[in-house]
Amino acid sequence: MRVKVLSRNPDDYVRETKLDLQRVPRNYDPVLHPFEVAREYVRALNATKLERVFAKPFLSSLDGHRDGVNCMAKHPKSLSTVLSGACDGEVKIWNLTKRQCIRTIQAHEGFVRGMCARFCGTSFFTVGDDKTVKQWKMESPEYGEEEEPIHTILGKTVYTGIDHHWKEPVFATCGHQVDIWDEQRTSPKCSLTWGFDSISCVKFNPIETYLLGSCASDRNIVLYDMRKSTPLKKVILNMRTNTLCWNPMEAFIFTAANEDYNLYTFDMRFLESPVMVHMDHVSAVLDVDYSPTGKEFVSASFDKSIRIFPVDKGHSREVYHTKRMQHVITVKWTSDNKYILCGSDEMNIRLWKANASEKLGVLAPREKAAMNYNQKLKEKFQFHPQIRRIARHRHLPKSIYCQIKEQRIMREARRRKEMNRRKHSKPGSVPFVPERKKHIVAVVK
Amino acid sequence: MTACALWQEDGERRHRQLLEAISALSGRKRRKLAERSEASGQVSEFNVSCKGAGEKLLLSELLQPIHPKSTLGSVRKELARVKQKAAVELPLSKEEAKRVVREAAYVTSSKEVGKWQQVVLQNRRAEQLVFPLRQDIATVTPLERVTSAWKARTPLEQEIFGLLHKTQQPITDPLLTPEEMASVQAMSLEEARRRRAELQKARAVQSYYEAKARRAKRIKSKKYHRVLKKSRRRQALKEFEQLHKSDPAAALEQLEELEQLRMQERMSLKHQNKGKWARSRAIMAKYDLEARKALQEQLARNKELMQKVQVEPPEEEPCEVPEEDTTALPMPSGANPWMLGKPSGLAPEPEAQEGPRDDTVPGAVESKDEMEEEEEELSEEEALLQDFEQKRQQRTGNPEGHSKDHGADETETGAEQPRDSPVAPDCAEELGDSPVPPDCAEELGDSPVPPDCAEELGDSPVPPDCAEELRDSPVPPVCAEELVSAGLEPPPQAQEELLLSEQLRHVKTMEDMESLAKEELVEEQEKLVALRPGKRARQQEKASVSVTRTGDRHTKKAAAKRKMISLEAVLDGKPQEMDCSSLPVVLEEEEGGMEQRGMITEAFAGDDVVADFRREKRKAEEAVKPQPVNLVLPGWGEWGGTGLKPSAKKVKRFLIKAPPAPPRKDQHLPHVIISEKRNIHAAAHQVSELPFPFERHQQFEQSMRTPLGPTWNTQRAFQKLTAPRVITRAGHIIQPISAEDVPDTAPGSGARLEGEAMPGRKAVPRGKAVPKGKAVPKGKAVPRGKAVPGGKAVPGGKAVPSGRTVPGQKAQPRHRRAR
Repeated sequence: MRVKVLSRNPDDYVRETKLDLQRVPRNYDPVLHPFEVAREYVRALNATKLERVFAKPFLSSLDGHRDGVNCMAKHPKSLSTVLSGACDGEVKIWNLTKRQCIRTIQAHEGFVRGMCARFCGTSFFTVGDDKTVKQWKMESPEYGEEEEPIHTILGKTVYTGIDHHWKEPVFATCGHQVDIWDEQRTSPKCSLTWGFDSISCVKFNPIETYLLGSCASDRNIVLYDMRKSTPLKKVILNMRTNTLCWNPMEAFIFTAANEDYNLYTFDMRFLESPVMVHMDHVSAVLDVDYSPTGKEFVSASFDKSIRIFPVDKGHSREVYHTKRMQHVITVKWTSDNKYILCGSDEMNIRLWKANASEKLGVLAPREKAAMNYNQKLKEKFQFHPQIRRIARHRHLPKSIYCQIKEQRIMREARRRKEMNRRKHSKPGSVPFVPERKKHIVAVVK
Repeated sequence: MTACALWQEDGERRHRQLLEAISALSGRKRRKLAERSEASGQVSEFNVSCKGAGEKLLLSELLQPIHPKSTLGSVRKELARVKQKAAVELPLSKEEAKRVVREAAYVTSSKEVGKWQQVVLQNRRAEQLVFPLRQDIATVTPLERVTSAWKARTPLEQEIFGLLHKTQQPITDPLLTPEEMASVQAMSLEEARRRRAELQKARAVQSYYEAKARRAKRIKSKKYHRVLKKSRRRQALKEFEQLHKSDPAAALEQLEELEQLRMQERMSLKHQNKGKWARSRAIMAKYDLEARKALQEQLARNKELMQKVQVEPPEEEPCEVPEEDTTALPMPSGANPWMLGKPSGLAPEPEAQEGPRDDTVPGAVESKDEMEEEEEELSEEEALLQDFEQKRQQRTGNPEGHSKDHGADETETGAEQPRDSPVAPDCAEELGDSPVPPDCAEELGDSPVPPDCAEELGDSPVPPDCAEELRDSPVPPVCAEELVSAGLEPPPQAQEELLLSEQLRHVKTMEDMESLAKEELVEEQEKLVALRPGKRARQQEKASVSVTRTGDRHTKKAAAKRKMISLEAVLDGKPQEMDCSSLPVVLEEEEGGMEQRGMITEAFAGDDVVADFRREKRKAEEAVKPQPVNLVLPGWGEWGGTGLKPSAKKVKRFLIKAPPAPPRKDQHLPHVIISEKRNIHAAAHQVSELPFPFERHQQFEQSMRTPLGPTWNTQRAFQKLTAPRVITRAGHIIQPISAEDVPDTAPGSGARLEGEAMPGRKAVPRGKAVPKGKAVPKGKAVPRGKAVPGGKAVPGGKAVPSGRTVPGQKAQPRHRRAR
C-alpha cells in the first residue's frame, strides 16, 4: 500500500535557534484576502458594539462623609491617596486601592471651602467657613499624638478657595481678594484686588507657575501675575464662572465652568473670544478638572451628571450618572489618567473609569494589540452611520433627557426668531454673532 | 562848530583806541570804569552806568560771561532746549496708572507664555505621545532607609522589637548578616558572567563526553576492550607510582583497596583456564598464533593473581569524571548557594577538590562490570574539563580559605553530599539520553497549538467562533454588496455635531446593539421613502409617474415589514452561488476524481445550481428592462365599460414606448449578475456626507481603502498603523509639562520654547491620512452623481465572490456584484 504523507522542507519551519520567533508563513497577496473594507467594517462594527457592551465605568463609591462633599484634592506623589472635604468641616483621606477612609479630621467649623496638597505631598492646606487657613500633615499622627494642624492662620474674611504653587512654598487663597501667602508667614505676601466682589476660585498655572487665574461672583475671570503682583486682564462673561482649570500640557489654555451650563476654553493671550464653547450640560457646571495628558477634561454639574469633553470638541464624549448621584460639586481626574473621582451632595465620592469600556489590569501583548486595532478601526469608521449611532448611544435619566430636549427646542426657537428678524429687517442690521462671541460681555484691560 | 565837534570825537576815539592797545600790551585786562558822560536820573552810587536801562534783560545775556569763552555754553544750550518744550502733563489718575501697569504686565506675560506655542502645536500634532513625558526610572528606597526613620511606639510594636532584639536579628542598618554580605561581595558581575560561560561550556563538553562514552560502551569488539583494559591498567599503575611518591599514606590505602580487588578477582576463578573461552582458545591455540598468545596472557595473569604479594594496579572510574566536573563547583564562601547558579544538591566534595584531579579516588572504585564500561583515555574533552576544574580551584583558593572559618557550614554540606550526589548522575543520564536539547523539548511540549492557528486567533479581534462566523457566514458579502453603491442619495437630516446621542434606554448586550443598528436602518429607510418620489424623478427621468407610485406603495409596505427583516433573511431569499477565480479551488485527484464527482452529483441531484442561476439572471434582466408607459384612459373619447377595450389607435397613441435600456454590464459575463439599482440596505451603512476634516471625497475614500488589520499588513506595519495616540503607563503620575520635558531644549534654557508666539495660527491636528485642520464648509455635500464615499471602497472592477463554489464549473471565474 502506498501511503502519501505531507513532506515539508525543514528549512521552512525549523528555527535556527530557539530564541528566534516562530516563522509563520503568510501571503499578503491582496487577491487572497478580498473584501478588506467590508471585513474591517464588520470588525469595526463589532468592536463598537463590544465597546458599548463593556462600558461599565462605575467602579466604586467611597462613603463615609456625613455631609455633602464640597472639595477634593489629589495627592501629588501618591496615586492611591485622595483627600476630600465635606460641608460639615470634616476632612477625610482615602486609600483608593483599598477603597477605605484612612484618616478623618474635623478640620473646620462649617464648610471646608477648599483644599490643596503641597507639591511635595508632605502636607495639605484647608480653608473653611471659620475664616481660617490650616496646614495639616499628610501622615497620620503617631501613636499618642493629637490630631492638630501644623499651622493655623486666622483671617479677617472667609476664604472660599485655596491653591498651592507647583514649585515653591507659596499658596494663594481667595475670598474678598486674592492673597498670596508665604508658608512661613501668617500674613499674606501680597493681596491682589480688582473690583469688589467675592472670588470663588483661584488656580495656579501648573506650567508658568507665576500665573494665577481666578473667577469672581461679578461674572468675571481675572488673571494675575504673581511676580509683578498685579492683575493682568479681566474677561466678563454673561454669567458667573464657578471654577476654572488650567491645561497641564498647554500653558496658555484654561477652561472655565460657567453657570450658563457651558464650559469655555480660553487662550489667555486672546481673551476676546473663547477657543471653544463646550455645551452639553443642562444645569450649572460646578467643577472642572483636566486630564493630566491635557487632551480632555471632566466637568461636574448641578444636573447630577459628569461629562468628559475632548479639549477640541464642543460636545462631550461621555456622560456618567447613577441613580443615587445628586448634584456633583467637585470632580478630579487622577494623575495617571485612568480614573475620575467625583464628590456629590449625597455624601459619596465615586470612582469612575476615565475610559468607560477599558479593561483594567495587565493586558497580554496580544490583547493589547487587539485593543489597539479595535480602537483604530473605530476611529477609521467613525463616520459611518451605523457605527456612529452605536458609539454615540448613551442612557440618560429622564430628567436630564427631558431637559435636553426642552433646551434644544428653546435653542431652535431662538434661532428661528433671530432668523426671522434678520429676514424682515434691513440687510446687515441684524448681524451674525458666532456662538463663541455670544457669551463674552467685555474684556477689561 | 560841527567840524570842531567831529574833530573832538575823532580824537576821543583815537584816545580810547590807544588806551586799549596799551592795556592789551600789558596782558591783563583792566576793569574799565564807565565814564559818565551824560546826565541821568538813575545814578548809581556804585559807579554803574545806566546804559541800556530801558531795555529788556535777557537771561542768556546774564549768563553770558564777560569773556567770550566760558564753560556755561552747554548750560545755555540746554536752556534753549528746555524753553522749546511744552509744560509737563499732570500725573495719571490712580486707576489709569494701574491700568497701564496691568497692560504692560499682560503683554509681557502673554509673550512669555507664548513661547510654549511651538511645543503645544507639536504635541497636538504628534502621532503618538507617551506619558509621563519624563521617563525616569523608579528608584526603590532601600528598606533600611525606610525603617530607620520609623520607631516603635505602640506597646505591641515595642514588644515585637524587644523580641527581635533579643534574638539579635538585624533590624536596621545592613539587614544582611555578615556572611550574606560577604557572599554578595564575593562575585562581581563580570566574574559571574565568566563563570557562567565556563559552566555552560563545561556542560556542553560533558554532554559530548557522555555521548562518546556511551558509544564506546556499545563497542562489542573484544580486542578493543582488551587493549583498553591494558592501557587502563598501565595508566593506573603509573598513577599509583606517582601517588606513591607524593603521598605514601594515600598510596598505602589504595594498595589495600587494590588488594581487596585482587582477592575478589582471584576468587572469581576467571583466570583458571576453565571457562568456555579458555577452552576454545586452547583448542585453537594449536593453529592460531593469536589464540595462543591470548592464552599465554591469560596464564600469565593467572599466575600473577596467584602470587600473593603482587600488587595489581586498580582501575579508575572515568565515568565519574564528568559527573564530578559538574558537581565539583567552587563555593565562594560556602554560605550562599544562590550565587553559584546551581542547585545546592550538587555541592562539591571537598576531598575531590583537594587532591589532584587525576588520581584514583578510593571511594570511586565500584563493581567490575561498571569498570569495564568506563573509558580511561584522556580525551580532549577530559583535558578541557580538567582545565576548567583547575581554574576553578585556583579561583576558589581564597574562598576556601574563607570557608574554613565556617566549619559548621562545610560539614553540613558534606553531610548532605552523599544523599544528594546520586541525583546528579541520574539527571545527567536523562539529559544525555534525550536526543533533543531538553529546553527545546520543553518548548515543543509547551506549544501544542500550531503557530499559524495561534496567529489566526490573535489576528481576529473577535473571539474565534466569531472569527469563524466572519469567514463562513454570508454576512460579509452582504455588507460588501451593500457597500457597493450605484448612486448616492444623501439623507436629508442635517449632520449633528453632537458626540453622544442620549437616550432613555439602556443598551447592554450585542443584541441591543443590533437592534440599535436596525432602528437606524428603519429610520433611514423611512426618510428615504418620504423623499422617494422627487428623487426617483430625478434619477429615472423617463420613468412614468404611475410606476413611481406603485414603487412607492411597495416600498412603504416593505418599510412597515422591514422592522422584522434582518439582513441575513433578506439575503437568504436569493441564494446565488458563485465561484471565483481568485479563491483557491479544490482540485480533485485524477484517480478518485470521477468517483467523487459522481458522489457530488448524487448528493446534489435535486438542485441544478447553474440552471437556477441562469433563470435568476434572466429574471433580473427582465425586471430591469424599461417598461412602456401606458397613458391610455379607457372611456376617454369613446365608450367605456366592462368588456370594452380602448381602441387600438388609442393604445398605439398613448402607449409610450420606453427607450431601450443601455446595454447591461454583465452582458458578456455569463456567471455574473450586475445590478445597478441602488441598494437601500447598503445605503444605511454608507456615509452620506463628507466628514469634517476631509476636503474631497477622494481623500476620504483613500483613507477608507487602506486596511489596518494584520490580514493585509505585515506585523511591523500593523503595529505601526495601530499605534495608539496616547500611551500612559499604569501607576505612573503624569506631571504637568515643564521646560525639561521639552525634548529639544538645551538644559537650563528653553531653546525650543523661545519660538515666537504666533497669534492666530491654528493648530493643525495630527493624522497622516486624515488631513485635519482645514475646515471644510459644513454644508458642502458630495456631488450626487459621484461615488459614495466609503461605499466605493470595495475595489471597483474586482471580483466579489460569494462564499459557495459551484461544483460543476470550477475553473471559470464567476463574479457577481451587488444585486
